[in-house]
Amino acid sequence: MSVSRRAFLRTAVRGGAGAAAAACTAVAGAPAATALQRPPKPAAPQAVGLLYDSTLCIGCKACVTACKDANGMPPDVSPDQTAWNDAGQWDTPVDLSARTLNVIKVYTHGTMAAKDRETDGFAFVKRQCLHCTDPSCVSVCPVSAMTKDPVSGIVSHDPDACIGCRYCVLSCPFGVPRYDYNDAFGEIKKCQLCKHRLAENTLPACADVCPTGATLFGPTPDLLAEAKRRTALTPGERTHFPRGDIAGTVGGPRDGHEATVHAAYLPHIYGERELGGTQCLAVSAVPFDKLNLPTNVPDNGYPTLSEGIQHTLYAGMVGPAALFAGLAYLAHRTARDHDDD
Amino acid sequence: MATYVSASAPAATPHTGHAAAHEHRPLGGPIFTLPFLVALLFVVIAGFILVERYAHGLGAVSNLSDGYPWGIWVAVDIVIGTAFGCAGYVMALLVYILNKGEYHPLVRPAILASLFGYGLAGVAVLVDLGRYWNFYHMVLPWYAQPNSVMLEVGLCVAAYVTVLTIEFTPAVLERFGFSGLRRTLSRVLFIFIALGVLLPTMHQSSLGTMMVIVGHKLSPLWQTQLLPVFFLMTAVLMGFAIVVWEAVLSSLGFRRPMETPLLARLSGLMLATGAVFLVLRVVDLAMRGQLDAVFTAHGGAMFWVETALLAGGLLLLVPPANRRRARALFVSSSMLLAGGIVYRLNVYLIGFTPAVGPWSYFPSLSEILVTVGIFALEVALYLLFVKTLPVMHAVDAQRG
Repeated sequence: MSVSRRAFLRTAVRGGAGAAAAACTAVAGAPAATALQRPPKPAAPQAVGLLYDSTLCIGCKACVTACKDANGMPPDVSPDQTAWNDAGQWDTPVDLSARTLNVIKVYTHGTMAAKDRETDGFAFVKRQCLHCTDPSCVSVCPVSAMTKDPVSGIVSHDPDACIGCRYCVLSCPFGVPRYDYNDAFGEIKKCQLCKHRLAENTLPACADVCPTGATLFGPTPDLLAEAKRRTALTPGERTHFPRGDIAGTVGGPRDGHEATVHAAYLPHIYGERELGGTQCLAVSAVPFDKLNLPTNVPDNGYPTLSEGIQHTLYAGMVGPAALFAGLAYLAHRTARDHDDD
Repeated sequence: MATYVSASAPAATPHTGHAAAHEHRPLGGPIFTLPFLVALLFVVIAGFILVERYAHGLGAVSNLSDGYPWGIWVAVDIVIGTAFGCAGYVMALLVYILNKGEYHPLVRPAILASLFGYGLAGVAVLVDLGRYWNFYHMVLPWYAQPNSVMLEVGLCVAAYVTVLTIEFTPAVLERFGFSGLRRTLSRVLFIFIALGVLLPTMHQSSLGTMMVIVGHKLSPLWQTQLLPVFFLMTAVLMGFAIVVWEAVLSSLGFRRPMETPLLARLSGLMLATGAVFLVLRVVDLAMRGQLDAVFTAHGGAMFWVETALLAGGLLLLVPPANRRRARALFVSSSMLLAGGIVYRLNVYLIGFTPAVGPWSYFPSLSEILVTVGIFALEVALYLLFVKTLPVMHAVDAQRG
């Protein structure tokens, strides 16, 4: 009996080693795409988002203030600003935080002589949730506190479900969700595309107040078409820049403005492909890695791999169930061997 | 009375010579010794810090930030702490699944160490969770999010703590003379033993899968689809190492004879596991075209520290004579433990770069003291339990 079991184990170990070797070759052999990856997610049927045009942004930060008002967020004062801003007289956020869902940052280089120039120039960037097609934060959340709306694709967060593990903060490739570490009952905060305003057919606050149309709201396919049009423009060309909702429905139709293109757009539309695509897009004349947006990322969202691995190992719980049956059998035989003791 | 499994497994364990059933006895002796009191002192200090943490938030005592939302409370207390707790996993695997009954004297202390390792990782979770009062959402099906690797880890760990408690119950029942209940439990114990091997296999590998999703934020030295394999292997390796380390140390500390032949064979298994791990690490780096990353990538220095500790610990075990020497075993198991610790620290903290902005992280003194306090509680409870419950293998029932 024991001999046959030893033979069984030997075979099992040999088989296991073979399988492991095959798996390793399959897994490590093709770094680009692997059998473990699940298919990418399709875009939400009525995906909406923002198109941010860095060349149109004048850095007025009206969107930052409007966002605070619309979402009831307190002023944000960094520790190094308290000497001159001790009572929070001014809202001076330098980055996204649990108090700031939307922020305008500036890239500077050398003499900063010209806007939208990489060398000796400067450029603005608006940071807020990009509302990924395949969001990592939703994939990692153990208690369904972070969810993606199946229709609009808006990624939102429910603090009443949240356990505060901050896995979303850790996993977001863009550094968007934030937690309030200075509150005993801190919450995760992130942009939810003013879904409460959209429900009343009003624009997200940032797009509502943007004076130049640098932040444009709309259905993501329309925004992508507009982004493609802009990146094809050449400096000196006259063109029309819309404002508000590109589709003219949310918040009613608005006049845009005519302007001369002053900067050379890069052909790169940020969010078109990055990590499976994002509903909020950006165009710029300065490379996006200079604007704190990661460019060294694959075209598939990271959840395609982590969920692929997990759901391969745990498909229908067949693997664990089979392993458990084998273990229970062996443990039972061991126990029976010693029953007479 | 005889314990659940005696060492006298007939054919499957040709090395065993002793026919007597294993007996476990409380070690006895004074409870309030100096090490126990020192451990208690650290527990009290951690308690005071935690009052501050719950009154004013995580930021009041820790250096956690949105760049480094997970610090040592996750990386050390949970990710490394549960690896320490894998002693029970590997010993149950050897004794109950592979029927290597000769390792039996090492099982109970290992299960107890695992119980505290995992139980206190659970405590650390409640310290670290920002919205801890909602923690029970993890077990409510209508909150479950099946794509979350963390959900799998959380449920698995919770189930495993329960299983470990049941696995350890025979010791408590023996101590208080419930022999009828003890026999009933024996008949179904195999189910819990099987679970006790299945669950760590699942969640220890998933602890690796958890970092796959951070993508480019983890240095290419560690970011690989083999993370689940590597985490399972370090769990087994560290499980072996902690058993050897504890056995050597407790034979010195409690002046008990060392279980030399057992430890010699165990360290052979440790050598094999570690060697496969190291080879697979290099193969993985080569397959991903990242061999040059060992000189260039973020965290390169710590990669070398990790590799040197593991390779050094393994090399010490290559001469078979060393596997019978207490000093060599102690140094080697310490180095392998340290290597496993550094590997896991690298994956969760040192190899990690936040998405945006200049962030830095080094744990605050308070953060470190909480971690120390949690480990001190583990030590204090371990000392208390081995002195009052039949955990350790009775010395006179041993051969040699």
